[in-house]
Amino acid sequence: MADDTLLAARGLSLAFGRVQALAGVDADLWPGEVLAIVGESGSGKTTLLDVLSGRLRPDAGVAWYRDPDGALHDVHAMPQPKLRALHRSDWGFVRQNPRDALRLGVTAGGNVGERLMAQGNRHYGGIRDVAENWLHRVEIDTARMDDLPRTFSGGMLQRLQIARTLVTHPRLVFMDEPIGGLDVSVQARLLDLIRTLVAQLGIAVVLVTHDLSVARLLAHRIMVMQRGRVVESGLTDQVLDDPHHPYTQLLVSSVLQA
Amino acid sequence: MTTGYNFAYLDEQTKRMIRRALLKAVAIPGHQVPFGGREMPLPYGWGTGGIQVTAAVLGQHDVLKVIDQGADDTTNAVSIRRFFARTAGVATTTVTTEASIIQTRHRIPETPLRAGQIIVYQVPLPEPLSKLEPSRAEAARMHALAEYGLMHVKLYEDITRFGHVSISYDYPVMVNGRHLMSPSPIPAFDNPKLHMSPALQLFGAGREKRLYAIPPWTEVRSLDFDDHPFRLTRAPHECGLCGADDSYLDEVVTDDQGSRLYVCSDTDYCATRREAGHGG
Repeated sequence: MADDTLLAARGLSLAFGRVQALAGVDADLWPGEVLAIVGESGSGKTTLLDVLSGRLRPDAGVAWYRDPDGALHDVHAMPQPKLRALHRSDWGFVRQNPRDALRLGVTAGGNVGERLMAQGNRHYGGIRDVAENWLHRVEIDTARMDDLPRTFSGGMLQRLQIARTLVTHPRLVFMDEPIGGLDVSVQARLLDLIRTLVAQLGIAVVLVTHDLSVARLLAHRIMVMQRGRVVESGLTDQVLDDPHHPYTQLLVSSVLQA
Repeated sequence: MTTGYNFAYLDEQTKRMIRRALLKAVAIPGHQVPFGGREMPLPYGWGTGGIQVTAAVLGQHDVLKVIDQGADDTTNAVSIRRFFARTAGVATTTVTTEASIIQTRHRIPETPLRAGQIIVYQVPLPEPLSKLEPSRAEAARMHALAEYGLMHVKLYEDITRFGHVSISYDYPVMVNGRHLMSPSPIPAFDNPKLHMSPALQLFGAGREKRLYAIPPWTEVRSLDFDDHPFRLTRAPHECGLCGADDSYLDEVVTDDQGSRLYVCSDTDYCATRREAGHGG
């Protein structure tokens, strides 16, 4: 892998019984880059995300991650404490359903502060200041800071999840359909927010989506998956404007032109 | 001493098993060690864990004191004291300084413990994370990796909602800078007595079948925030009987006109002070 790659995967394969979820997938991610993984459901997108983030162990292949000090780590050979620490600090994970990631019985401020406290921050006032700042950045009224997430709308919950994930300034964030399940106007606003934050903070993102317009708006590069294989990859505009593989052509042509 | 029972009720192999678990518990301060809890002739929740630990460490020359909410004369305390007097024939006492083993529910005696004494706590819920993390396996993993940030989320929520940490008993502590531990339902007022105690402190949870321990002279810190330090709470009164202004008080309703009497919950401490001439 090149000297400055943040995350690199070579030959990742994983089978669930007879279903080949991943078959020899290669991927590279550079710092500050947004990589979209697109494809129909069942094409292995989420499995790839889980394998890259160390949640699943591949049958074959390797994934490398470069830490802030420049040292390389094999994601699947890392001791569990280290991997968990990584997931709390330098990495983030944004799920499709914010209710899976948030603590619904804990106030919005507490949700944002949790990663800080997990890292050993023990100053209540300091944690509150940071949480307040982050709620402001994701456009949640700071007057709602001490309210429980169950009183929040779907769009607010997803923005809260993003604040909770980004509060430790991760360099790499995995996003699984971050705007799925929201209505169209909320989607647009959230996309705008994610794009702004990612650009401001220079975060690298691996983004799983089935929505090509999301990929086009957010991603620098794109990987198209079909039945566990990467059938086409390249710069987003290049792939979407001039798709070479028949499956990519099918995907692009199936999107309604607004 | 009643015949027909082994010394201190439990058979020797069971006591040996409990002692092995206790040795492990002492070796890893604050770490919960599973043990094969036995059926005891009292209901779960009445001190089945504590009574097994006491039975395992009791020797013929020990002097036993049993307290419940600080008092020597409550049902639970009287029954357990009589149980060991009958099945082990050991001497019993109500005087803290004379006891070599003290079994307790909900309090630590006001009189400072000394080296050589053992205090045995009855524990209903040994897992401090149980209210925050429903999965036992995940809680065990959090202990293994010392991931205790979640406990501070609970404290954060308390301060946010009430302006202070509202946990008044079973206030979580860090033992030896490593393990998060439930101190059993003692009032937070008693938490500082856990710290650097010269006595050996043993904890037994019968229903949950867990033992843990704090060896003498071990650091025990109550969790807090830098800007919201742990503080003692105590009813702002003097004891109505002995005039003590430093002991933990029980509030006793004395009539239907709203009259109240505040008295030491530690009956031995209160009686000793009154004998020495103090009055309320």
